[in-house]
Amino acid sequence: MTAAATNTAATYEAESLACIRDDRVLFEDLSFGIKPGQALVLEGRNGSGKTSLLRILCGIRLPESGKLLWEGEDIFRLGPEFHEHIAYLGHKDGSKLDLTPLENLRIAQGLGKASEGIDLDEALDQVGLYGFEDVPTRNLSAGQQRRLAIARLLVTDAKLWILDEPFTSLDRKGIEHMERLFEGHLNRGGMAAMTTHHRIGFKDEVQLVRINLSER
Amino acid sequence: MSTLSLTSAFSLLLKRDLVLAYRRRAELVNPMLFFVLVTAMFPLGIGNDAKLIEAVGPGVIWVAALLAALLSLDSMFRSDYDDGSLEQFMLSAHPVSILVLAKILAHWLVTGLPLFIVAPLLAVLLNIPASAIPTLMLTLILGTPVLSLIGSVGVALTVGLRRGGVILSILVLPLYVPVLIFATDAVKTAIVGIPTTAQLSILSAMLVGSLVLAPMATAASLRISLS
Repeated sequence: MTAAATNTAATYEAESLACIRDDRVLFEDLSFGIKPGQALVLEGRNGSGKTSLLRILCGIRLPESGKLLWEGEDIFRLGPEFHEHIAYLGHKDGSKLDLTPLENLRIAQGLGKASEGIDLDEALDQVGLYGFEDVPTRNLSAGQQRRLAIARLLVTDAKLWILDEPFTSLDRKGIEHMERLFEGHLNRGGMAAMTTHHRIGFKDEVQLVRINLSER
Repeated sequence: MSTLSLTSAFSLLLKRDLVLAYRRRAELVNPMLFFVLVTAMFPLGIGNDAKLIEAVGPGVIWVAALLAALLSLDSMFRSDYDDGSLEQFMLSAHPVSILVLAKILAHWLVTGLPLFIVAPLLAVLLNIPASAIPTLMLTLILGTPVLSLIGSVGVALTVGLRRGGVILSILVLPLYVPVLIFATDAVKTAIVGIPTTAQLSILSAMLVGSLVLAPMATAASLRISLS
């Protein structure tokens, strides 16, 4: 750990986490912190517990042991007050196929903390879905549906983005474009925790914290 | 400010579920069709014994309503679980129990309210005297929300299972029995012409009790199902 990292407290801290699935220890005694502008990148083989760790970070799954602290407070005690700071993009997009992209985003915004000034049309434009706002989500391609899921991150002012394989089914240009979006979020003082099989093409200014779950 | 955004989240979710139900209306008619068919077949099966039909009428309507509710329960959280929307609800900045209440209300409006609307017709078919029909309607408007509320806890517990249908029935049906007993008893008493305040008060108590407790239990069950 660098000197800079020790003297300012991280916004989100994990202390000696352990996760057990089907009697198999996926990881134990895992500690790290995420600060504004930092991205945590999880690496590891299939089945090494990357998704489980992200779900633990969201608070959906309980860790076997260990603590999770948001600004020094336990996230399970904070509950919804913690949830307003995070946005989660899982394996599943979480969009309703029978609704239009615009309707889906409106719900995503309503579920989060009410935030002003974030325009839904602009969010769709940013992920390249301009002109598709009234097409049923069912009729969009897999890549476009993934873009819609990413647009969901933009419509609330969540500080921590938790991303599970965000680039699935995106084309190369799409991946580059989304990397710029994530970079923008980090440069504005946001945080991210993500897994990906792609080599991430962030520019140097972005501070990456890498954790490899298979080599511990 | 925060209560305002909470009510807007509630109405947003309610509207969403109603829109979704409208866009898949073919599935939506199923429980009501079941309710109508079962009750309509009964007089045909019994034959032209008007006294007997009148005697079993309230029971038939309520048993059919119970089974129709059970049939429709699984759809409450299934598609949200499958496409990941449920995870997003759990991570909402609003209390999950309030969001759950919006979903239960939408479910009742779509599956419970239609039963209430067609019930008078079926009551005539089953030879229930006109004087008892208001009581039947009252039991349905008090009782069917209880079915949705209690059912939501069962669905929340079984939504993560591959084949949760059987377990759901075993889990939920015993809890439906008190509603069935008091509702049918109220209608039978009304047919005889005795006041039904006692039964209706108990049904109201069940409604209030489940309205307060079920959303919290459902939220907790969903958390268990997802983790």
